[in-house]
Amino acid sequence: MQEGMVRLRREERIPDTLLLLEHPHVITHGSSAKKEHVLVDDGERARLGIEQFETGRGGDVTYHGPGQLIGYPILALRDEERDAHRYLRSLEELLIRTLAGYGLEARRHDEHTGVWVGPAEVPAKIAAIGVRLSHWITSHGFALNVSTELSYFETIVPCGIENLGVTSLQQELGTIPAMDEVEDRLIEQFGIVFERDMSEQRMQE
Amino acid sequence: MATDVIMPQMGESIAEGTVTKWLKKVGESVERDEPLFEISTDKVDAEIPSPTAGTLLEILIHEGETVEIKTVVARIGGAGESAAPSGGAAEPAKAPARSAQAAPAPSAPAAAVAAPSSGIATREERVRTKSSPVVRKIAAEHGVDITQIRGTGSQGRVTKQDIMVHVAAGGVATLAPVPTLAPRVSLAASLPPVPTMAGDRVEPMSRMRQIIAEHMLASKQTSPHVHTLYEIDMSQVDALRRGHKERFLAQTGGAKLTYTVFMAKAVIDALHHHPVVNASIRGNEIHYHGDVNLGMAVALEDGLIVPVIKRAQDLSMQGLAKAITDFATRARSKQLQPDEISGSTFSITNPGGFGSLIGLPIINQPNVAILGMGKVEKRVCVIDDMIAIRPKMYISMGYDHRLIDGAVAEQFLSTVTGILENFPETAI
Repeated sequence: MQEGMVRLRREERIPDTLLLLEHPHVITHGSSAKKEHVLVDDGERARLGIEQFETGRGGDVTYHGPGQLIGYPILALRDEERDAHRYLRSLEELLIRTLAGYGLEARRHDEHTGVWVGPAEVPAKIAAIGVRLSHWITSHGFALNVSTELSYFETIVPCGIENLGVTSLQQELGTIPAMDEVEDRLIEQFGIVFERDMSEQRMQE
Repeated sequence: MATDVIMPQMGESIAEGTVTKWLKKVGESVERDEPLFEISTDKVDAEIPSPTAGTLLEILIHEGETVEIKTVVARIGGAGESAAPSGGAAEPAKAPARSAQAAPAPSAPAAAVAAPSSGIATREERVRTKSSPVVRKIAAEHGVDITQIRGTGSQGRVTKQDIMVHVAAGGVATLAPVPTLAPRVSLAASLPPVPTMAGDRVEPMSRMRQIIAEHMLASKQTSPHVHTLYEIDMSQVDALRRGHKERFLAQTGGAKLTYTVFMAKAVIDALHHHPVVNASIRGNEIHYHGDVNLGMAVALEDGLIVPVIKRAQDLSMQGLAKAITDFATRARSKQLQPDEISGSTFSITNPGGFGSLIGLPIINQPNVAILGMGKVEKRVCVIDDMIAIRPKMYISMGYDHRLIDGAVAEQFLSTVTGILENFPETAI
């Protein structure tokens, strides 16, 4: 679906678009994925109800599932935006600002792209990022753990990082934030960080 | 002549790239701008188009290899051409670099701003489109926050019916409460720095701990707290517990008939007779709440949280017990929703559960009172000039002396005591 949207965007038949969605349980492989970062065999994975896919995004192995807010910005990067690492930093900025609205001090990690919370010695990842560029049009994007069932991350080495943990808004706040509200706040921050006017549409299935 | 394909620079500070996939094989023909190979840098996977049309003559950098930007990774030529001899330095390839990256870029700013005329950027505007002016007027009249209501009209619009149904269901309570808290003094700003001593272990506060710290400090800064203590003879309650324990458990499917359930019921009834204890202060106004939304403090492993039983006055003892048990379970597993920990009008806490004779609790803002339960134990007392032994419990009420005076507090606690000491069996 994303390839189609990138094509449409390239042909200017759709404007810059931010897709927000949740996935059923799935493990995905990015272009730098290592097979050994999937810790369960196919039988166990099937028993847990987790699908598996290769994707065209950058990054290693990650898990998506219910309670995780996934965002795919399909943006035709403007001239001054055409810098892959700058785009990654902007996505991090977007997530950091959204989490700040919940009173969480999220931040970057020098060595690992993504958004982290917790003490400096043992940060935990609250959002993962993996992006694809085609003719400077973006696809894929980020996955923010809102009320994700974190035990599913034990089936993989998330993003190939062995020794650091994974967390969620629910875990950090002690309550389950409403997904609607997280989406609204994220959309608001997206408009600010990416300097675009936002308007909402529900997609037909 | 063969054209060099080089590793593009994907950003100002990006010095290298990894070839992850060749989309064409040597000998295959490729169009200009057709995707030729994929590279990755950090978490970005980029599809790189061919700078020219022709045949892929030679792949110099293979999948998995990482090279500096501008390195020649492949050569494209006309059919029948051979690749340039290897070892040839890459030209300072400004032109191929641009074409390798450049989309026939549509003027992006126009595309980005191409929002439909209803360019909804702000919450205000979103509220406006979800309802008509008439509906918004009605909402304002009833003090209802439209953004909290599910609209049943077309495209999710909030209709007049939606508002009236909401109000009839006691919906005024959903007004986002304006906490009447004193301006919060940040902990850090008000105290001299704590010296670090050898052997100290420093840990940043969890978010929950920070929230508790802020609330407790703000509550003390907002309400002048006074505490009063009563002692309750729990004989009647004990007898009823023994008599109805099994039946009650069967009725609720596992939620027990605890002292807390009796206390909740007694408090709800007493609040009915002393409505000022179920009120909030906003500026110079007293807001008497129509519902009793009972906050029940739950101790957690690393903190505490106060889930709220909304409209507790509508619940039977069985209903109260089920709500209390459900909240305690979900509080400990961090599964409460934000609207379950807000909107209280009165709160109960149970330090007696930990063995305390009594506590002097801090008010849960914006309530004006909090009731603390002590432990129940048999004590020697005097009844009709004779020594007797009875199960007794101290209770304390912390109250806000801006609104509640001593006399009112005493009357309220007298009522609570009277209810518990003469608890009607029919209520169970």
